[in-house]
Amino acid sequence: MIEMQEVYKKYPNGVSAINGIDVRINQGEFVYVVGPSGAGKSTFIKMMYREEVPTSGTITINGANLAKLKMSKVPLFRRNLGVVFQDFKLLPTLTVYENVAFALEVIEAQPKVIKKRVMEVMDLVGLKHKIKMLPSELSGGEQQRISIARSIVNSPRLVIADEPTGNLDPDTSWEIMKIFEEINNRGTTVVMATHNKEIVNTLKHRVIAIEGGRIARDEQRGEYGYEN
Amino acid sequence: MRVMNKEVNTVMKIRTIGRHARESLKSIKRNGWMTFASVGAVTVTLILVGVFFVIMMNLNKVADTIEEDVQIRVHIDVAANKQDQDALMAQIQAIPEVKSVKFSPKEQELKDLVQSMGEEGKAFKLFEQDNPLNDVFIVKTKNPTDTMKAAKKVEKLHYVAKVKYGQDKVEKLFKFIKASRNVGVVLILGLFFTAIFLISNTIKITIIARRREIKIMRLVGATNSFIRWPFFLEGLWLGIIGSILPIILIGIAYYRAYDYISPKLVGTFIKILPFDPFFYQVAGILLLMGAFIGVWGSVMSVRKFLKV
Repeated sequence: MIEMQEVYKKYPNGVSAINGIDVRINQGEFVYVVGPSGAGKSTFIKMMYREEVPTSGTITINGANLAKLKMSKVPLFRRNLGVVFQDFKLLPTLTVYENVAFALEVIEAQPKVIKKRVMEVMDLVGLKHKIKMLPSELSGGEQQRISIARSIVNSPRLVIADEPTGNLDPDTSWEIMKIFEEINNRGTTVVMATHNKEIVNTLKHRVIAIEGGRIARDEQRGEYGYEN
Repeated sequence: MRVMNKEVNTVMKIRTIGRHARESLKSIKRNGWMTFASVGAVTVTLILVGVFFVIMMNLNKVADTIEEDVQIRVHIDVAANKQDQDALMAQIQAIPEVKSVKFSPKEQELKDLVQSMGEEGKAFKLFEQDNPLNDVFIVKTKNPTDTMKAAKKVEKLHYVAKVKYGQDKVEKLFKFIKASRNVGVVLILGLFFTAIFLISNTIKITIIARRREIKIMRLVGATNSFIRWPFFLEGLWLGIIGSILPIILIGIAYYRAYDYISPKLVGTFIKILPFDPFFYQVAGILLLMGAFIGVWGSVMSVRKFLKV
């Protein structure tokens, strides 16, 4: 599913963010990516959805080698994964429905299919009744649920989340985590970078800890392992 | 669950074209002031280009008619009899640069002179009894710029009393026409590129404001062409909307100007271009220019943001 071999990433300004990572994540796994700020978590996550390209090494996701993927093939690759961000990245001028439908419109799905799928995922995140509202009329937790709905609307096999609860209060964070659990239970791989000690230590899953651009720890049902 | 990828199709569907058109119109509405600024930039530059274009085309027309009218007047020596005149005519016709030779008897010359002098010309009627003028050959050359060359050759022939072709004037005129044409082309090109620069900058600002939108589109797997289309159409609409006012203004102004100037030119050989079809040609050109400027401006600006 996801395989990284001898991955290095050095930015043009000379910063070495990733210094040799080898890792394998299987289909259906739930993986937390933890580590101190500036340890390389973000780069690790960004390389998975091909926002960053490794300086050397190979990253294979769903059979595509991201290190060698042509620019023109990147959109097709991204259609097979969902990405959730800390700041939601919703389009402020579109309604909730339009924001979620957007991910299907760009792949030119049929209107019938779009409507059906959007309603399905809105049901899953529990916001079916707010589809006509604008993102600005929703709370942070609700906005994040919309962003999750958008990430899974095209039925990806992999969902990548970059600190999805970073901007949310504890109660809301738990609600969001319930949705990710549900997505994972349906067979979708979830890779989540997080700083939330409580969540990692309570909802036990595989934990990959990154320090200094290397994997410091990789444990099934692991602990967060840092003081917040 | 895995229905979606079957939907991926590289051929753009009619539905998608409809979506792009809707999106582009929505965005024009949403970007209120920026739309206004872009349209304003197109309008102002097209007015300048349009006015200049109209003036230049008319100058060209005037220059063409003047060129057409350049002729050599060969005064025939009074000593020449009918045979000599015929022989001279044949010799002039044999000059390679010459297109036509027309004989104008001295009676006709006097009549023309009297007419051209108006009221004062009546005094010349006295000469009808004893006409002091020469018979004249009016010679036209195939190419107006060969006038001087042909005139020099005619001068050397026998029975030629005098050759007149307004040497200095013709030379100066041709120089002026050539210069004004070059200046005109340079100015129009300059204005055209200024317009593109202005508009691509304005559109760039609207696009910078929507960088986030483009980034999100890229992240959910939109292809570059899918992202580019609405911007492309938006540029097209902006250009077309921006060309409407210049077309109307230039239409009204040219209609008025033509009405005002045209009667004053009756009786001269100078003509300006008639409103129909000239205005429609100008309107078409301005519309195309607006569309081109708008599309180019937006395509150039959006290109930058597609490398995420």
